[in-house]
Amino acid sequence: MNGDTLDNPGFRLSAIHHHVDREDEVRFGFWVFLMSDAIIFGLIFATYATMIGATAGGPGPKKLFDIGSVAIETGALLLSSFTFGMASLALLYRSGRGVVIAWLVVTLLLGLVFLGFEVHDFLTMFALGGSPDRSGFTSAFFALVPLHGLHVTTGCIWMVVLIGQMLRYGTDEDVRLGVQRLALFWHFLDIVWIAIFSLVYLGGLA
Amino acid sequence: MKDVHGPAGQPQWHHPRFGRSAPGRSFRRDLRTYLWGLCLALSLTVVPFALVYWHLMTTGSLWIAIGLFALVQAVVHFRCFLHVHPPHENVDEMLLVLFTAVILVMMAGGTVWILGNLHSRMY
Repeated sequence: MNGDTLDNPGFRLSAIHHHVDREDEVRFGFWVFLMSDAIIFGLIFATYATMIGATAGGPGPKKLFDIGSVAIETGALLLSSFTFGMASLALLYRSGRGVVIAWLVVTLLLGLVFLGFEVHDFLTMFALGGSPDRSGFTSAFFALVPLHGLHVTTGCIWMVVLIGQMLRYGTDEDVRLGVQRLALFWHFLDIVWIAIFSLVYLGGLA
Repeated sequence: MKDVHGPAGQPQWHHPRFGRSAPGRSFRRDLRTYLWGLCLALSLTVVPFALVYWHLMTTGSLWIAIGLFALVQAVVHFRCFLHVHPPHENVDEMLLVLFTAVILVMMAGGTVWILGNLHSRMY
């Protein structure tokens, strides 16, 4: 903060002072939300961990999970985190609204690829007799993994809304703050996915 | 585009936690951060998948390896994508993250501990 004042004193006295403060507030508020969400995920992870062996004679991880499909989902989500980073940079360095929207559309498509494969996985599990009512293990699985999927779905809807706002209003302050918050949300979901593919899928198949 | 912030080529706002007064910020530098993040995350993902796919270790050591790779990858994501740089951190956000970590360790760790203990006494 002090560095800023010395670097460009004029900025601190103008309206931009207000922008920087509001940006900090908005971002901190969103971090509070993300951390509360992290606690929800953490507790459902803990529940899943206690349920790993509770298959009650039903199908377990080795029968239900398909490592190829999980690898594609992981790749899509990781690439989408990178493409969202490119959208953030395009916005940050004013590469033009079209470039930002293009990167967001690529991110959205990767998110949809992820969701498509995930739904396909769930349907396969149902067909193999691994529906949520089969055992404690499948209940815990369907509490955890689709919760992350719902978050990704919400992120996709949010992205469509932001693209619409950007087309209508340009990159004004509200739209920029929206993109910054969605970026935090999207990268956070990718970190939750690391925990899911490690604990649930790789741990289950090991 | 309506932009009121500074000349082109300079970052137009304090990007999520790159550090407020990070010297030498530029597009290339920021791009490199994301590219490093992508490469590291990809390799940290491919290795555990390969280990499990070809079952290159015993199950116990596989679990440990998977956990370690996941931890390192989470750190990479925090650093390269979420731009959390501990020494330059905003104190409020730092305390928030630490508080969350404490709650998580107590509640999630406690759950696994107590239920695991009960489970072992059932048999």
